Amino acid sequence: MSFETPALTEAARQVQICNACRYCEGYCSVFPAMFRERTFASGDLTQLANLCHNCRGCYYACQYTEPHEFALNLPAALAEARRESWERFAWPGALSRLFQRSGVAVAAALVLGVVLLFAAIRAVPDTGDGFYAYMSHALMVAIFAPAFLAPLVVIGVGLRRYWAEVGGQRVRWSDLRDAGRSAATMRNLSGGQGQGCNFEDEDRFTNTRRYLHQATIWGFLLCFASTSSGTVLHYGFGLEAPYGPLSLPKLFGVPGGVLLTVGAFGLAWLKTKADPALGAAHLWGGETAFVLLLGLTGATGLALYAATGTSAVPALLAIHLGAVLALFLTTPYSKMAHGFYRFAALVRDAQIARRTGTAD
Amino acid sequence: MTLEMIAARHWDVIVAGGGNAALCAAIEAAEKGARVLVVEAAPLPYRGGNSRHTRNFRCMHRGPLSVLTGSYGEDEYFDDLLRVTKGDTDEGLARMAIRLSEEALPWMEAHGIRFQPSLSGTLSLSRTNAFFLGGGKALVNAYYRTAEDLGVQFLYETQVTHVHLAGDRFEAVDLLCAEETATVSGSAIVLASGGFQGDLDWLAKAWGPAARNFLIRGTPYNRGVVLRDMLDQGTQSVGDPTQCHAVAIDGRAPKFDGGIVTRLDCVPFSVVVNKDGERFYDEGEDVWPKRYAIWGRLVAAQPDQVAFSIIDSKSRDLFMPSVYPPETAETIDGLAQRLGLPGVKLRETVEAFNAACPDGAFHPTELDGLATEGLSPPKTNWARPILEPPFYGYALRPGVTFTYLGLKVDDTARVQGARRALKNVWAAGEIMAGSILGQGYLAGFGMTIGTVFGRIAGREAASHVI
Repeated sequence: MSFETPALTEAARQVQICNACRYCEGYCSVFPAMFRERTFASGDLTQLANLCHNCRGCYYACQYTEPHEFALNLPAALAEARRESWERFAWPGALSRLFQRSGVAVAAALVLGVVLLFAAIRAVPDTGDGFYAYMSHALMVAIFAPAFLAPLVVIGVGLRRYWAEVGGQRVRWSDLRDAGRSAATMRNLSGGQGQGCNFEDEDRFTNTRRYLHQATIWGFLLCFASTSSGTVLHYGFGLEAPYGPLSLPKLFGVPGGVLLTVGAFGLAWLKTKADPALGAAHLWGGETAFVLLLGLTGATGLALYAATGTSAVPALLAIHLGAVLALFLTTPYSKMAHGFYRFAALVRDAQIARRTGTAD
Repeated sequence: MTLEMIAARHWDVIVAGGGNAALCAAIEAAEKGARVLVVEAAPLPYRGGNSRHTRNFRCMHRGPLSVLTGSYGEDEYFDDLLRVTKGDTDEGLARMAIRLSEEALPWMEAHGIRFQPSLSGTLSLSRTNAFFLGGGKALVNAYYRTAEDLGVQFLYETQVTHVHLAGDRFEAVDLLCAEETATVSGSAIVLASGGFQGDLDWLAKAWGPAARNFLIRGTPYNRGVVLRDMLDQGTQSVGDPTQCHAVAIDGRAPKFDGGIVTRLDCVPFSVVVNKDGERFYDEGEDVWPKRYAIWGRLVAAQPDQVAFSIIDSKSRDLFMPSVYPPETAETIDGLAQRLGLPGVKLRETVEAFNAACPDGAFHPTELDGLATEGLSPPKTNWARPILEPPFYGYALRPGVTFTYLGLKVDDTARVQGARRALKNVWAAGEIMAGSILGQGYLAGFGMTIGTVFGRIAGREAASHVI
């Protein structure tokens, strides 16, 4: 069988060897999914690649890693296939190549975002309360509504392409429920029995990465809930910022910001200890920059709240909103995209497991 | 620590070898407070001997235990052993290993090993065998971590070249690491360095020159250096020195370390011919797990130690996939060409086989009694004509798993000298398994012997010292 790209060809070679061995069956969802098949088309490999959470358990357990002539490194092979798939699905793909791979590009996006926000603050002085003393609500909406919605449209297009390539079917509620449960508990970073994954200390199992990832995603979602609740209060109830410490935006936002900051900087620190050769090696810079940007978003949000009423507010506001802007705009092209494709892969896996009666 | 620093110290317990048995011994000894040195011949990526290729542990259990279902009593376990060894076992040692396997499993879990329910395709073993999560290398990694945490010292790529005995007492070992040599003294030694199947010269001397065409399924580092050294010094041996356990594996497998993925389960659904295109044995004698082991010997007896298993498209999905795709052709002649077989002869063989196949219902998972009529040798089950292209062919070669020759031990794992037991030398694992496993093989039993005797050896050695 021939495949469209070298990454898929290499993934296919390795998956055939895994399929003849099967020792790793208990680690994660990738192996039961793999062992349902005998032959693998490009779409199957793309699905496996996006299902893989890079927990690395299979690498350290593998009797065929280099210097063995079979030279297995499944986490890296699937990471390469995954990277390639996002570039294939993103529009325009060139941006994906830029932000996935380049920490410098992510940093440049951040600087651009901050500069833009500074310029906006200077150009349009306002007389509202709190933040709105520096930047009107209307201007914020004018910048952030499109910056939020446009990337979602691009990601939506990518997900449609993904769904077509992996042969996805109509999504049922039960698929979403199963996928949601896997994502919420990070089951695929649990090592299969709760011992966690192999990451920062070679073959030693720990839950550090799993918990830091939990903190990051739950923190992100809480921050998102904070902004959403603010929007509802603003438009639905005519209640404008600044909000008090016991308001919904703050109750979501403060713990969310703390979790996001701790989780993201923790993940970045962990990344410095892990072996880059077990991932897509060229993405190291882009991935690290992305996770630092996430952490910066959380940290500057908290700093902004802490600085309420001081002269640091305008500068912090520009930095925070600049970080948010950079995060949003690079979403379809950066590591941020993994959340969307990973969830789609979990939904597709739930469908296949349901069809074949092999739910695990 | 450098070799020089290692040699400057006196060790309580030195362990020769770095696989399952060696690590169980090292952990037990270290937990008793001994200063332990493990000498592993392989480099770090290949550490663990044949244990890194294993996946299961055969375990007695009187009721559900960890991932094991139902019960598996001592007598049933021993009967299974008798069946494969045809009685060539030491009943006392065998029963001891079986009984102690039950408490070994929780011990393994307490020392970092994780088990998982039976892997797909191995349901027949789910009651008798506990499978390691991630397989044998994951087990080896977990034991190295546990031993490291206990302060055990390791030397990789270091060969024990000689065991110094003064009468019936061990004094020191000679080590060779790269070009460097050293003599390291210790109060006790555990020999857990495996069999000799990695030494092709030795195999050829024992079995005959045909052995040079055998593939070795596991580690190339089991060269029997310590075994030879001990036998040369007059210690008692067990096991047939000429025999090895071999199965038929994919003929394209690497010379060493091909492991599990090179196995081929297609034989019962195929006709098997030698390089002259002739059949030579009943492919359908019994279900595959029971006939898996005899085919190594059968293929070893054929010219050039090679055979070819031929199926058609009907049977393609009836067995576990191998790591190598089969040779494929639309005609039997074409397949013969691809496999380097005489085309006319292969066609004749297949046609004669097809003509002898009866009508009847084919049941791949049970003895279906679908036997050839008037064919020699017959195929007594699953005889279904090979008619529907594409046709597929796999080369088969003997793959050596382990050798039977070993050191004789007593029920405290103590090595037996010419006249009496050595004072401070113990053995565990493949190097003494011949005491219990005189012939044949029982899935998961090698790990049982290694674990049980490794633990005993480690404890005994440490108690001798401390």
